[in-house]
Amino acid sequence: MEKYLYIALFAPLASSLFVALFATRPKMLFTGVVASILIAISMISSFILLMDVNTYGALHVNMMDWIVAGNLYIPFGFVVDEVSVIMMVTVTLVSTVVHIYSIGYMDHDKSFNRFFSYLSAFVFSMMILVMSDNFVGLFIGWEGVGLCSWLLIGFWYHKHSASWAANEAFIMNRIADLGMLMGLFLIYWNVGSLQYEEVFAALKDLDSVIVATIGMFLFIGAMGKSAQFPLHTWLADAMEGPTPVSALIHAATMVTAGVYLVIRCGELYSMIPDVGFAIASLGAFVALFAASMALVNNDLKRIIAYSTLSQLGYMFVAAGLGAYWIALFHLMTHAFFKSLLFLGAGNVMHAMHDELNIKKMGGLYGSMKATAILMSVASVALAGIYPLAGFFSKDKILEVAFNEGAYFLWFALFIGAGLTAFYSFRLVMLVFFGEKEYIKHGFHPHEAQPFVIYALLPLGLLAVIAGWFEHQFEGFTTRLLARYEIHISHGIEIILIGATLCIAVGGIAFAIYKYQRGGFSKTWEEGFFYKLLSNQYYIPKVYELYIMRPFTILSQFVWQKIDMKVVDFTVDSIARTIYKTGEKSRKMQSGNLSDMLRWMVVGIVVLLVLALFYRPMA
Amino acid sequence: MITLTHYLILTGLLFAIGLVGVMRRTNLLMLFFSTEILLNAVNIGFVAVSKYYGDFTGQMFAFFIIAVAASEVAVGLGLLILWYKRNGSVDLNSLQMMKG
Repeated sequence: MEKYLYIALFAPLASSLFVALFATRPKMLFTGVVASILIAISMISSFILLMDVNTYGALHVNMMDWIVAGNLYIPFGFVVDEVSVIMMVTVTLVSTVVHIYSIGYMDHDKSFNRFFSYLSAFVFSMMILVMSDNFVGLFIGWEGVGLCSWLLIGFWYHKHSASWAANEAFIMNRIADLGMLMGLFLIYWNVGSLQYEEVFAALKDLDSVIVATIGMFLFIGAMGKSAQFPLHTWLADAMEGPTPVSALIHAATMVTAGVYLVIRCGELYSMIPDVGFAIASLGAFVALFAASMALVNNDLKRIIAYSTLSQLGYMFVAAGLGAYWIALFHLMTHAFFKSLLFLGAGNVMHAMHDELNIKKMGGLYGSMKATAILMSVASVALAGIYPLAGFFSKDKILEVAFNEGAYFLWFALFIGAGLTAFYSFRLVMLVFFGEKEYIKHGFHPHEAQPFVIYALLPLGLLAVIAGWFEHQFEGFTTRLLARYEIHISHGIEIILIGATLCIAVGGIAFAIYKYQRGGFSKTWEEGFFYKLLSNQYYIPKVYELYIMRPFTILSQFVWQKIDMKVVDFTVDSIARTIYKTGEKSRKMQSGNLSDMLRWMVVGIVVLLVLALFYRPMA
Repeated sequence: MITLTHYLILTGLLFAIGLVGVMRRTNLLMLFFSTEILLNAVNIGFVAVSKYYGDFTGQMFAFFIIAVAASEVAVGLGLLILWYKRNGSVDLNSLQMMKG
C-alpha cells in the first residue's frame, strides 16, 4: 500500500525532472507522451489508494525526518485519508486529461517540452500539498503550486501582459501567504507542533480567541490561493496563461487549495462558528459578485474564470457553515465540469486563432460539434440541472445555507444560481449558436484533433455522473469529516430543490431566448450597471490608483534617497577608502632591499611597542 | 662583578649596531655581517639568561641559531658570489627588479 503512495507522489516529480532535461530543445513529441503516461500512473495509484482507504482506512507514512531542531520536529510525513485521497484522485484525473489534451493544444508551441516539465511539477506540488500530514509540508506544496502557477501564467513571457499577470498572481499570493505563515507561527507557538493530529488534539485546551485568530490567519492564506475578495483580481488576469493551465490550475486544482485548507482544518473551524459564518458570508458575496461580472464580460476565458470564482464562493459557504463533506463534494464535481469547460474553450480558441472575444464567434456548432456538445454538457452541469453533477453538489450547498437559518446567504446563492445558468448559456449561445460572426472576421474554424476530443470524454462523463455517487461520497468522507445533519422537512427540501431548478432553468431559457434574437440592445451597454460590471466594479483601477501608484512612489523615494544616498554611499565609501589606501601604500614596494629592511625594522618596533603596552586580559 | 644586566646591555648594544647596519649599509656583504651581529647578539642574550636560570634550553637554542646562521650564510654567500660574477657589483641599489 505504501508503494502506491510513493508512486502517486513521485511519478509527477519523475516526469517533471525527466522532461526538464529536454526543456531547451525544440518540440519533442515523446516528452508529452512520457509526462502523460507518468501522470496516468500516478492517477492509477491514486485510484488504488482510494480502494485501499475504502477497505482498510487511512494510511500514514513517515518517509524521513526533515527538520529536527530543539523542540521542533517536522517529518516528511504523508497521510492518505478520506479527504486527501479524494483530492489526489481529482487532481491526478484532471491532470491526466490536461496532459493528454496539451499534447494537442501545445502542438505548435516551440516551448512544448518546457510546458510539460512545468505542468508535471505543478502536479507534484499539488500532491505534496494534499498529502502532507503537517502544516509545513502543506505550506511547501502551497508555495510550490504558487511557483508553478507563476511559471505557467507567464509561460509566454515575451508577452508583457502575460508576465505582468504572472507577477500579479504571485504578489497577491505572497500577501495572503504572509497571513498563512502567521497562522502557522501562532499554531506552533501555542501548540508546539505542526502535525495535524497533534494540533487538532490540542485545540480544545486553547483559548478561543487564539483559535479564532489562527482560523482567521489561515483563512487569509486560503483567500489568496482561492482568489476570494479582495484578493480576487489575479485570477481573471491569470487567463493570460495557456488554456490547459487555466483548466488545471486556475479552475480545477490549485484555486481549490484554499477550500481544501478549510476542510482539512475543519476541526479548528467547527470550534469557531463565528469565523466560519464570516467565511460563508464572504463566500456568498463572492459567489454573487463574481457571477455578476461574468454576465457582461466578452472574453471567453474570463467568463469562465469569474464563474470559477463564483463557484469557489459556493464552496466556502459550505465549508464555512460546517458542511465540510459538501464543500469537498462540490470541489470535486466542479473540478470535472469546470476543467471540461476550459478545455472546450481551448478548442474554440484554437479554432479561432486565439481570438477570445465571444462577440466575434457565433454559430460554431456547425464546424465543431463535439466541442459544442461537451461544453454544453459542462454548462448544464455548472448551471446545476438535474441529473448532472453540479445539481447534486450545488443544491446541497443551498440546502445547508437554508438549514443554518442563513436565509440571506441562501438568497444570495439562489440568485447566484440563476446568474450562473444565464452566463453559462450566454457563452454557449454566443459561441456556438446564432449568427456566424466569425465569417465577417475571416476565421476558418476547425474541430480539434480526435485524440483531444477523446481525452475530454472522461471529464464529460464525470460531469454527468459524478453527482450520482453523492451517498457513497458522503459515507466515505464523513468517516473523517464531521457529519452534517440537515433537519429541514422533506417538503421544504423539495420546494427548495424545485425553486433552485426553476431559477436555473429560467436563467438558461432567458439566455437562449434573448440570444437567439440577437441579444441585448446596444443601449444596455451605455448603462451604469453594464459599465460597472464590465469594468469589474473598477476594483483593478482602485488597486492601481490607491495601492500601486503610492507604493511605486514610495519605492522610488526609498530607492533614490535612502538606498542610493545612504546605504550604497556608505558601502561605496568603504570600498573607496580601502582602494585609496592601497594606491598610496603601493609605493612602499619600491623593490629596494634596504627600504624593505627598514620597513621590517619599523614593523618590529611597532610589534615590540604593542607587546609592551598591550596586555590582553589573562 | 658581571651580572645578567651587563650581558643584556651588551646584547642590546650589539643588536642596535646590527640593526643600524641592516638599515644603513648598501653592500650586500656588509648586510650579511650585520645579520650575523644581530643573531649573535641574541645568542649572547640566550646564553646569559640560560646561565642565570640554570636552564640549558637557552644554550641549546643558541646552538640551533648558530647552525641555522651558518647554513644561511653558506647559501647566501653562494648566491652573492654568483651575483657578483654576473653583475660585478653587490650594491643593493643595483639589485631592484621588482617595483610596486
